[in-house]
Amino acid sequence: MSEKSNGKARVITGNEACAEGALAAGMRFFAGYPITPSSEIAEVLSAKLPKYGGVFLQMEDELGSIGAIIGASLTGAKTMTATSGPGFSLMQENLGYAVMTEVPCVIVNVMRGGPSTGLPTLPSQGDVMQARWGTHGDHQIIALAPFSVRETFDLTVRAFNLAEKYRTPVILLMDEIIGHVNEKVYLPSEDEINIFDRIRPTGSAEEYLPYEHTKSRVPAMADFGSGYRYHVTGLAHDETGFPTNKSTEINKLMDRLDQKITMHREDIIDVDEYMLEDAEIGILSYGSTARSVRHAVRLAREDGLKVGLMRLKTIWPFADEEIKKLSGKVKLWIVVEMNRGQIAHEVEWAVAGKIPVFKVNRVDGDPINPLQILEKIKELANV
Amino acid sequence: MFNYDQYLRITKFPLIWCPGCGDGIVLKSLVRAIDKLGIEKDSVCMVSGIGCASRLTGYVDFNTLHTTHGRAMTFATGVKMAKPDLHVIVITGDGDATAIGGNHYIHAARRNIDLTVILFNNHIYGMTGGQVSPTTPKGMLASTAPYGSMDHTFNISGLAQAAGASFVARASVHNGVQLENYIAKAIQNKGFSLVEAMSPCPTAYGRRNRLGAGVDMIEELKRDAVPYSKAKKMTPEELEGKVVTGIFINEEHPECRSEYQKIIDRFQKEK
Amino acid sequence: MTLKVKEKKDVEIEISEAWCKGCVICVDYCPHDVLIMERGKAKVANLAACTACMLCELHCPDFAIVVRDKSKE
Repeated sequence: MSEKSNGKARVITGNEACAEGALAAGMRFFAGYPITPSSEIAEVLSAKLPKYGGVFLQMEDELGSIGAIIGASLTGAKTMTATSGPGFSLMQENLGYAVMTEVPCVIVNVMRGGPSTGLPTLPSQGDVMQARWGTHGDHQIIALAPFSVRETFDLTVRAFNLAEKYRTPVILLMDEIIGHVNEKVYLPSEDEINIFDRIRPTGSAEEYLPYEHTKSRVPAMADFGSGYRYHVTGLAHDETGFPTNKSTEINKLMDRLDQKITMHREDIIDVDEYMLEDAEIGILSYGSTARSVRHAVRLAREDGLKVGLMRLKTIWPFADEEIKKLSGKVKLWIVVEMNRGQIAHEVEWAVAGKIPVFKVNRVDGDPINPLQILEKIKELANV
Repeated sequence: MFNYDQYLRITKFPLIWCPGCGDGIVLKSLVRAIDKLGIEKDSVCMVSGIGCASRLTGYVDFNTLHTTHGRAMTFATGVKMAKPDLHVIVITGDGDATAIGGNHYIHAARRNIDLTVILFNNHIYGMTGGQVSPTTPKGMLASTAPYGSMDHTFNISGLAQAAGASFVARASVHNGVQLENYIAKAIQNKGFSLVEAMSPCPTAYGRRNRLGAGVDMIEELKRDAVPYSKAKKMTPEELEGKVVTGIFINEEHPECRSEYQKIIDRFQKEK
Repeated sequence: MTLKVKEKKDVEIEISEAWCKGCVICVDYCPHDVLIMERGKAKVANLAACTACMLCELHCPDFAIVVRDKSKE
């Protein structure tokens, strides 16, 4: 799974690729707290960031880590933290703060088994819903899930680009397998990477509206210390950034926060279709689990079964339209994930009873075996 | 007269604070201290948490950041580490900084990161209606301590000092000039600086404990204040119920961001 | 509404009724009984006695008092 590139071949883990991708994207501020299985991201960056003139900071906990990256981002830096399930839980309040105050940052969650301390060294995809709804209140969120070491690099870069473009926190949902697997990769050179930097205001400081209701719904963002003195608060606020209790202003804000993601869903949502052209059985999966699915699809094809995979590279916002479009063409969906069916429910909502949705799940820390998936395919093909 | 207006967001006035609350006196002292030092407004970043005191950031014309409960120091740490040229001032309260944010407070002090922390100590959770805080004196009443607070209190200044802060001072709103001087010194210090500002909460603390109005509580602060120089010669019994004011420590020692810069510079030289 | 009281000396005290919350701190601090409370707001009662010591301005938590000492301007 190593796409060719101008760069030279390296054998690295997903965690290392994430750190490399972040640096390539221009990330110059990282704050984190040790947690298995994500710690290598912090370790790599602690060595590399000062060489780039950037800052690495080990905080006292995950609450502090996300606080620090939001603060640093407000000065104009591209910032990131990395954690796993328990730490991600601790970050939820400030994740909501970043959503509400529209501060770009990237939060990496290398998922492990839960709930609680759970399975620190074993993979899981149990935080998909925590990523979506972990913080309180109605909100949109962007979450991406890579399925290889090289794609971890690419999606880390993309996570920064989306964060900057839409002034929002972006979650990179890796899992323990992707974090720790070693793969040969050709990392792209600088000129092969597209970088998006946040739009900064150009007008007068007096007229600057930090939460302006723009056409794109994304307001320009000024760096602290650049002459645009403004107020940032997690309280409901108007376009000037100051707290308000006026229902018209609150609605305007809540609608804009929603629309700035939903209006741009085509740009944000990215799915990979694998052997779906003639497929009668559609499988939906993401992250490392999709690798088992690809293998199972190939095995099923050898047996003459028309099976294909839709792989979510963007988990949130959800690819419901894309799934809806294929439903009917495929006669059924099998949703394969290392949890008890968190995305399966989303698929059920998307197809709205049109075709049946089946599940293959596992929550014991073992990855889902291709043969386990093949068995399900055969069982359903005979129906 | 002092021209406060140039530093304020006048359109947001009147202040949210209750009649007799001392927080406005701290705000005034803070503004005068910044003016005295001649610091540009653009180079001040003021970061607050949640609570009455933390609403201060909405009223001042700086780069202002009103964050989540207890976490102001972590946001401020991020700001300072990413943009060390900014004067980063943290506005917080006793509950915000030493209960929910206690861990961040001691670690920011331990790092001796160049933040100026103005901690408003009013012995109570005012905004949520007078619940017991880590600084509510033993035996005093609170909405969640109807039979009197049973816990020992934090010595907020002592905590910062023990954790590694390089400037620690306590003053009370009864003496706005002293407060201003300490805040100015705290901003000048390159390292973690704490000014613990004793401020009365007549609404949520004073009323329940029959301490009178804000003005009476300020009079009490004035009566109870003991200068540090004098306090050093007093016994713990004599100091019971007193408020020791003064500069407890003012010693520059290695600061977090500057130390990190040395690592960055090492690699710049290699290039 | 802002009340301006002028006296023969070069001291002027401005009290913003809109911002004054009637906390009485200014009255308490004034060493010369220049200020009084009237209908819940601070009011200048004896400007002639004012020495422009600024204690009221320094300690008014609501930015409601401005003392102008013209001799110093």
